[in-house]
Amino acid sequence: MLRRRRGRTAPPASSVERLDAHTFGLLSATTAATLLAHVGHLPAWLSLPLLALVALRWWSRRRGAGVIASWIRLPLAGLLLVLVVMHFGNLFGREPGTMLGCGLLALKLLETERRRDARVALGFAAFVLMSALLFEQSLLFTLLICTVLVLLLASLVSLQPALPRGRTALRLQLRTGAVLLGASLPLAAAAFVLVPRLASPLWGAPGDDLDARTGLSEEMAPGSMTELLIDDSPALRVDFDEGAPPAPAQRYFRALIMWDFDGTTWTRGPRRAWTPVEEVEDTSAALAYTVTLEPSRQRWLPALDVPLEAPAGARLSAGRIAVAMTPVNQPRQYRLRSATGYRLAPTLEGTERARALALPAGVDPRSRALATRWRLEGRDDAGMVQAALEFYRREFTYTLEVPLLGRDSVDEFLFDTQRGYCEHYSSSFVFLMRAGGIPARVVTGYQGGWWNATYRYLLVRQSDAHAWAEVWMEGRGWLRVDPTAAVSPTRVEAGSGGAAGAGGWGDDDWLRSLRNQLDVVNRLWTQGVLRFDALRQKGLLTPFGVADARPGDLLLALSAALAVAMVLATLWALRGGPRVRGDELDRAWAHLLRRLGRRGIAHRPAEGPMEFLARMNGDAPALAARLAPVIGEYAELRYGARIADAARVAAFARRARRLALPSRRAAGAPAGATAQPDAARIEV
Amino acid sequence: MPSPATSWNGRRCDDPGPGPTPRAVNAAPVGQRISSAAERRLPALTRKRRPEPLPIRLDRRRIYVLPTRFGLMFALLLFVMLLGALNYGNNPALLLTCLLGAAAGGSIFAGFRAMSGLRLVAMRANPAHAGEPLRLRLAFDAAGRDRQALCIRRGDDETAFSLLRGEPGEALFAITETRRGWLRPGPLRLSTTYPLGLFQLWSWAHPDAAFLVWPALETPTPPFPAGHGSEGALARHGAEGEPADLREYRSTDPPRLIAWKASARHDTLLVREPEREAGEILVFDHARLSGLDAEARISRLAAWVAAADAGRRTYLLRLPGEEFGPGSGAAQQADCMKALALLPGPGRA
Repeated sequence: MLRRRRGRTAPPASSVERLDAHTFGLLSATTAATLLAHVGHLPAWLSLPLLALVALRWWSRRRGAGVIASWIRLPLAGLLLVLVVMHFGNLFGREPGTMLGCGLLALKLLETERRRDARVALGFAAFVLMSALLFEQSLLFTLLICTVLVLLLASLVSLQPALPRGRTALRLQLRTGAVLLGASLPLAAAAFVLVPRLASPLWGAPGDDLDARTGLSEEMAPGSMTELLIDDSPALRVDFDEGAPPAPAQRYFRALIMWDFDGTTWTRGPRRAWTPVEEVEDTSAALAYTVTLEPSRQRWLPALDVPLEAPAGARLSAGRIAVAMTPVNQPRQYRLRSATGYRLAPTLEGTERARALALPAGVDPRSRALATRWRLEGRDDAGMVQAALEFYRREFTYTLEVPLLGRDSVDEFLFDTQRGYCEHYSSSFVFLMRAGGIPARVVTGYQGGWWNATYRYLLVRQSDAHAWAEVWMEGRGWLRVDPTAAVSPTRVEAGSGGAAGAGGWGDDDWLRSLRNQLDVVNRLWTQGVLRFDALRQKGLLTPFGVADARPGDLLLALSAALAVAMVLATLWALRGGPRVRGDELDRAWAHLLRRLGRRGIAHRPAEGPMEFLARMNGDAPALAARLAPVIGEYAELRYGARIADAARVAAFARRARRLALPSRRAAGAPAGATAQPDAARIEV
Repeated sequence: MPSPATSWNGRRCDDPGPGPTPRAVNAAPVGQRISSAAERRLPALTRKRRPEPLPIRLDRRRIYVLPTRFGLMFALLLFVMLLGALNYGNNPALLLTCLLGAAAGGSIFAGFRAMSGLRLVAMRANPAHAGEPLRLRLAFDAAGRDRQALCIRRGDDETAFSLLRGEPGEALFAITETRRGWLRPGPLRLSTTYPLGLFQLWSWAHPDAAFLVWPALETPTPPFPAGHGSEGALARHGAEGEPADLREYRSTDPPRLIAWKASARHDTLLVREPEREAGEILVFDHARLSGLDAEARISRLAAWVAAADAGRRTYLLRLPGEEFGPGSGAAQQADCMKALALLPGPGRA
């Protein structure tokens, strides 16, 4: 007996439980979309084969193939493991983990045949989907991920048994997913705001294993910035306390100072154990402002020339560069004061002076000769600067498309190619100055930006990255000289987009301005969502009288929000639809009874239709004869051995509605409502 | 039939939760195991015991919910996602986790709406023989809502069905374990894991109804017992040139029996009763089958009754203490089968 029972409860599982084509299609689509979310950071040699694998599996299953045999799957999984280890050297951390996750997700699809497998795959897909957000956090990307979430929920819905099939099935399931997600938005928002943030990470140091994004680099080799200059993503946004920004020519945000040059590359040079911060004198036109910096994975915080003090959580380095204590892995906000009129470092002595004059030996003889010639012409320091700028203005072209430079890069640039952008100009300029005996250094950072007049903030993009020079003169300190401005004044006045000239995105003015306008949304996203941290959370409950919210308070508030959501959901769940009693047939019957009731022929609650007819037959035979077929039909539909089909019920409803009933008088009841005895007689 | 369920127990119910082997013994979802344990101990808790008259309406007082195994796994997953998002201070990931969590929680209520207000209006079944499945047609009233992926379970029998607004709601549910006698289908477990499979909502419907299961038929059908008393050969009535044995068409009649001419005259389909054998009346006597055990006797008698009815013969069934017939037709067969089904014996339910 037991054997028999077990035999029946374990039917040929593959045939009964096998996912149908529709469900499997949805599952494949979800998997593919999840993998696509990772395409941005996965190496192409992995992401493309994985996507192909998903497509292949879907296609082969459509053609009737079953699961992919384990002798294929297992080696594939092994291969994946090997590839990840070869690529990253280990299996842990964000990048290897995600890569492994993506691979396993695709492999899981190969063996998925049943509901249970599909659910595991979808749960895992949710996790892999979330990990995509560790690499990209823009608003658009998050919205895309949420769209994939709809697909994922729809796939879960499609796993339900006995769903209606057909063309509307997909739409129905997608709608269910979207409605579920939409309805969960308020609670999700509340939870998002109220879940206590960790003040410090539980494990790892977030961001350490991330490759640096494109952004300013610690070194500068002329020609290396090209990629950055065509990157339109925001770098920072600045709100000025006074409301108005400084003039475009004043918008220099310093981030790094390059001292040392080896002939091709400028570097910051060895760190000094302790160098005093260069002093600032005769400051004027001080500005207070707040910077929101996009994650740069670096520690420097760009500041308007020249910052007067370090922002919170940072210090000032010798050259008045703000350096944060930890790398900026999340959007970071800091307040600063800067003076646009200043005298920086009135004295320059000893090693500092020597560094500012050092040149690599044996390279670029022609440049040195040019500087010597200018000196021999009797120019002073200011004259040297003028001569160099005029030299640039006469001969040079600003362009992002630069020829490669060889060993004597400065010579080649100055005398042969004469084409380049900020890196080339600042580099060669500093070289010339040093060769002429003037202390000089390269400064990199951002210049320009787009002022949003409506929302009053300055948007600085990566493409606004810039390099300029500072020369030191007796009594005037470090002076900013921008040789690029000599060649291409528009670069400084109108920004990099204006200077890049023909071709590329920068040319489409309207598109650019549209993108600039839309940045408002991104700014809200950055400030409202990305920047929402433990600190901001503390002030959250201030309106409710809790000045400094502790995690306990937040959890309490979260519970309250949860309770409110539960109450609302319960009310919704208990709310009946349109109050419908019974089915179509009942309604038609009730309607007929109501019509009869209005004519004084009452139906008793405990009376069946045939009894009713029989009683009426005694009281009003003429009417009864008319009603008999209708009532008979009802009895058959309602109590017959077969369940009435919809068409017959509809026909009955029509017939009952159209049945002509005699007026009250003709029905046998003498005049009106006074006919109490008569009505009673009919009723009895 | 527009209803999605076109065959009995044609669709397996949802079977949420991963597991190494499908449906091994004790591999029921955790929630189900806990709930069935609770129901065993505290039948009053879940109102499993009292039969009630139709229609049965499911409401919040009798709908229960527990996470499925997949639901528990999903909760763990959400927790891991939460930790990850918090650890990396990644707000978009946290938002995604919150969305997913809230949607998972909201799915309880969506599932509740699929159950709440559902009415089991009627149950019908054609007679079945013991050992054959009893095929129940359950008429539901969806009360103006789409209700998808519902499941009926009784012991090992289960079927899934969906009710759509504006379509007749009927579920075809076969009870496979049948023994002769009265079969009470309740308590039936109505459940759903709609929409995401994370929570199982269930309710018990114990309709106060019973269906008669006829005895199993002996196969192959044994030959009729040798003639006993030709009590009154049947005369063939014929009047006005029309055979007397015309009757109204029933849907089960083969078309070749239709009397087309007579039908045309009467404006309704008439069929000719096959000519009855003018011969003897068959007598099936329980007492004469002394060589067999009780159940075998009943099976043989039932097989005879069925064969006689199929052959449209007139027969008499003689059981200890009572006698049916002689007669023929559906009523006679039903009476005999009922009496046989209810005879005491080890095979009776």
